[in-house]
Amino acid sequence: MFSGDLDKALASLIIATGAAAMGMDVVMFFTFWGTPILRDKGKKVGGKDFMGKMFGTMLPKGVCEVKLSKMNMAGMGTVMMKSLMKKKNVASLEQMLELAAEMDVRIYICEMSMDLMGFKREEMIEYPNLTFCGVAKFLEEAQNSKVQLFI
Amino acid sequence: MTEDIKVDKVVDLKGMPCPMPIVKVSKGIKDVEVGQVIEAITTDPGALADFPAWAKTSGNEILKTDQQEGLIKFYIERKA
Repeated sequence: MFSGDLDKALASLIIATGAAAMGMDVVMFFTFWGTPILRDKGKKVGGKDFMGKMFGTMLPKGVCEVKLSKMNMAGMGTVMMKSLMKKKNVASLEQMLELAAEMDVRIYICEMSMDLMGFKREEMIEYPNLTFCGVAKFLEEAQNSKVQLFI
Repeated sequence: MTEDIKVDKVVDLKGMPCPMPIVKVSKGIKDVEVGQVIEAITTDPGALADFPAWAKTSGNEILKTDQQEGLIKFYIERKA
């Protein structure tokens, strides 16, 4: 998960939970713009430098603040899409993440992206199967899997 | 006919869009023993393609598919 867009995050979570339902072993690797999706909106951490504070403010703080990649229209499009999803019973990102946890989907977070954007481990979500790692861990999983998607 | 299939558990998936039907059915089937049958009821038209794909991949068997008035019923035997 490279993208930080709502639509793409939804797609990847649907594929991940669907794959888990089919009996597949699933790992999601979050990197770059995908990293802030996993921030916990309720957690505050101090001790960040200027750039870290800036990234922290400008990037979404968790699934609730993630925007659409198209038709965002200064946030209006995202609000409309979220209400439409609710109306049509489509699960929210938050619910999809909970579901992923229930279905033993493992999540890897790119340590380098975290460091680059000044995110600290303490500000990320509570998730039962969370690993902070680098590209080798991702490749190890990718090499042994039949399906790899870059979203 | 459905009369000759003994259903051990009914999984109601009405109103749920993708991916919930296969997610819930994969959980539901774990509530019965191998050899027992669940009846999954969905309103998602995509399920007609999705359920056979799910069954094939997860190693379970769809014994029968019923379609009536916007409802699709799958009778699925737990094989794995």
